[in-house]
Amino acid sequence: MVVSQTYQLKDYKTDTHNTWCPGCGDFGILTSIQMALAEIGVPPHKVAVVSGIGCSGKAPHYLNAYGFHTLHGRSIPSATGMKLSNPEMTVIAVGGDGDGFGIGCGYFVNAGRRNVDFTYLVFDNEVYGLTKGQGSPTMKKGMKAKGMAEAAVQDNINPLALAISSGYTFVGRGYALNPKATAQLIAQAVSHKGTSFIDIAQTCPVYNDLHTKEYYTDMVEGQPRMYWLENTDYDAVVHDPTNAGEVVEKKLQAIGKAYETGRMPLGCYYKVDVPTFEEQIAEGRPNGMDSILNPNLWNRDISKLEAVLR
Amino acid sequence: MDQVSDVLWMLAGPQGGGINSAAEAFAKALSRGGYRIFTGIEYHSNIMGEHSYYMVRISDKQKRNLSERVHVLVSLDEESILGNHHNEWPSHHGHLKEMVPGGVVIYDGALKMDLSGKRQDLKYIPVPFDDILRKVLVEAGRGAEFNSLRVMTNSVAGGASAAALGLDLGIYMESFRGGTGRRAALAELNGQAAKGGYDFVMEALGGAPAFNLVKVDRPAKAPLLLRGVHACALAKLKAGLGFQSYYPISPATDENVYLEANARAQDLVVVQVEDEVSAINMAVGAAHGGKRSSTSTSGPGLSLMCEGFGFASLTEAPGPVLFLWSRGGPSTGLPTRSEQSDLTFALQPGHGDFGHIVVAPGDIQDTVEDSYESFNWADRYQMPVIVMLDKKIQSGYQTVDDLGFDKLPPIDRGKLFEPNGDYLRYKLTDDGLSPRAIPGQEGGIFWVTTDEHDQRGHITEAADNRIAQMNKRMGKLDLAAREIPAARKITKYGPADAEITIVGWGTTKGSISDAIDVINAEGGPKMNFLQVRLMRPFPVAEVTAELTKAKTTILVEENYNGQLGDLIRSQTGITVDKRVVKFDGRPFSEEELIDGIKTALSSSETRIPVSHLLP
Ligand SMILES: Cc1ncc(C[n+]2csc(CCOP(=O)(O)OP(=O)(O)O)c2C)c(N)n1
Ligand code: SF4
Ligand SMILES: [Mg+2]
Repeated sequence: MVVSQTYQLKDYKTDTHNTWCPGCGDFGILTSIQMALAEIGVPPHKVAVVSGIGCSGKAPHYLNAYGFHTLHGRSIPSATGMKLSNPEMTVIAVGGDGDGFGIGCGYFVNAGRRNVDFTYLVFDNEVYGLTKGQGSPTMKKGMKAKGMAEAAVQDNINPLALAISSGYTFVGRGYALNPKATAQLIAQAVSHKGTSFIDIAQTCPVYNDLHTKEYYTDMVEGQPRMYWLENTDYDAVVHDPTNAGEVVEKKLQAIGKAYETGRMPLGCYYKVDVPTFEEQIAEGRPNGMDSILNPNLWNRDISKLEAVLR
Repeated sequence: MDQVSDVLWMLAGPQGGGINSAAEAFAKALSRGGYRIFTGIEYHSNIMGEHSYYMVRISDKQKRNLSERVHVLVSLDEESILGNHHNEWPSHHGHLKEMVPGGVVIYDGALKMDLSGKRQDLKYIPVPFDDILRKVLVEAGRGAEFNSLRVMTNSVAGGASAAALGLDLGIYMESFRGGTGRRAALAELNGQAAKGGYDFVMEALGGAPAFNLVKVDRPAKAPLLLRGVHACALAKLKAGLGFQSYYPISPATDENVYLEANARAQDLVVVQVEDEVSAINMAVGAAHGGKRSSTSTSGPGLSLMCEGFGFASLTEAPGPVLFLWSRGGPSTGLPTRSEQSDLTFALQPGHGDFGHIVVAPGDIQDTVEDSYESFNWADRYQMPVIVMLDKKIQSGYQTVDDLGFDKLPPIDRGKLFEPNGDYLRYKLTDDGLSPRAIPGQEGGIFWVTTDEHDQRGHITEAADNRIAQMNKRMGKLDLAAREIPAARKITKYGPADAEITIVGWGTTKGSISDAIDVINAEGGPKMNFLQVRLMRPFPVAEVTAELTKAKTTILVEENYNGQLGDLIRSQTGITVDKRVVKFDGRPFSEEELIDGIKTALSSSETRIPVSHLLP
């Protein structure tokens, strides 16, 4: 990837008072987003960051870009509306695991069906941080983090497998405390045309005492728990999107990776290039994509519509 | 035979059998021929088989409501005549009691019905629809196509109706003209089928029509024949709508689908989403994104949209404009019927103190104006707007000569950002309006949050900021109240010196106007009509002035207890004397409303529930 000369990390920073707890994994993710934007070189005023509610939901305030801190679980609809209203913007939706897979799960699934060109980053700490540590939909059954009244009775979902079966065209996993590599992954996701999703394992030193920095960097059977798929011979990309067989094969491969136990694969699990929602609805319009870009639509000719009513 | 200038034609039968298209084709032919049309349809939340009926009021001067004086009933099944009397709880009792003396019941000759003991002042004419069509097709050498061309029995029924009404068959035949080749051949067959029906009924009536419908001149340019859906959607296109999201729900679906069908040609983006929560949040995102944005739903959808509505208001989004097409509530309620029971809810669709505008158009013209202007208000006051409509205006066709788009005010996008140093999206200003940037503008970066926020849009819980921002947001409502012209707030109709004022809102406008015309023409007591159109900010001074002029005030609403009455009392302290209410899910007929008003004047009760649909 070409490193942009135009923008630097500091261009995407604000001096807004930050209310995250010291040592929170969210700081690492924030940095990786800023690094990714600098790397791509998109001007701050061409970026819209749309978030839900939670500790993670505060991220837009710390990013120098158009920022939309919306409702709990609703970042995806808002981001979709933003992108379809103003397709020139680079749109990034962010939020917590509770936000995305609990209250917002319907939107998470349905966004996969559309393939609007935006990126969705989940800060996955397996807990409801801002409401003081209840288990979230990514907390495994039987686990008890310290803010939980008792061990989880409900089982967890698998965000990566869910994203793949929902139709996301770029699916990956990052790690909050490895901002450099995660920034690379985010840059790929943002550059991808279509809806991209990255589940980012995030430490919450206050409420998640199970999956800590130590846990993530542990050794599993003599090897580091986390490894990057790009350092293996794993091929995430669908090379011929018209080949249904290949699409299914790559999806199954990615879902298999998503259920890998013990070690934790990071990086891109799945990628396919197919037309975006915007490209599809622009088709057949008198002005093509321009018609979707134009916000000033009040000089319309409706005489044909009136004529059929006479 | 006396001439009649105002008739009601009814087509009734099972749903899914093409009643709508048949009735609409008939209405269109008459509209083109110079008659004024007002229609309504009643149907079940069902796709096939349940009872439905389509009413077309035909007159020489425009009527604004339906009556219970059916001149011609075309019945495609037994149930439309006798009711579903086999059921333990009959959902209706047949349409005979709505017929005028001497009325004509045209029914499918294939039906075997015992009509003895039924009204003897009506003419019952069994018409062999199938046989007439078959004969036409056989004569044209296309007898083998009977099954595929069977919808042409609609034309037989149309022709039969023309004979009963005393309508010039040529006016009806005109609707089949045009086209070339295959289409011309079909038009010819339809014309023959209509003539077959016409001749059959004319013969059954002994050579003279049952009614002598007044003759009108064919206008040089055909008027529009449209529904509230069209008026609303066209006005939205004229207003520059750029984005619409929706989740299907009656009676909002038709507007959404109409826009969706025209989206590509009109440079519009329409998204069918997964639920109403998504619909509103997408629309808010789109409004912040810079396009004029809207979502359309009904009561159950608005229930889900509350959270997103507050989001739009708190973040001072320039919209969306929410079109609320009401139906019978509560809960799933009466999905395909009409009611005005969402007013109280629309005034506070969410928690907390927040500002928004609510407007309730009363008729097609109001719908054009309010649907259009609501986008100016959303931009100017940076708040969401609710436009209240309902199933009645959604589904009823009406003749209109001109929608008056050239008389609408110019587009107003409100205060917009101009680059000048440090930009504050929620800047405190004298009028409470802050210039807004559109994402993508250099120097315009801003933040919005659903938390309380400072002028820049960052979260703060500081008390002084809270007070300042609350005053700013709520103060915009006062500004809107000052700026919105009086003509958009209330309308008066009828003699100014009347002692009785009928008060209403929304789509009862036409019903009330027609009813008081009838009562005033009968010699009174003299009454006029106050239409409250702007619901929030409430036109306190204007409504107070009008109500204090009247000696007696009578509220008319299609809900259980008169929600506008409660609003008027809370806003002005005035208690409207009487409340005429209807909540059976069907709009007031002319007769019901006149009955209700007269009962209100004679009875000591303050609440007068009305329904002529009881057995
Ligand atoms: C409709 C609604 N219900 C509940 C809440 C309360 N709430 C705020 S944040 C949150 C959970 C946040 O968890 P997550 O999305 O995982 O974000 P995190 O704080 O862990 O980053 C909840 C339930 C809310 N804001 N809105
Ligand atoms: S509670 Fe956890 S997730 Fe929230 S800010 Fe603190 S450390 Fe971060
Ligand atoms: Mg969380």
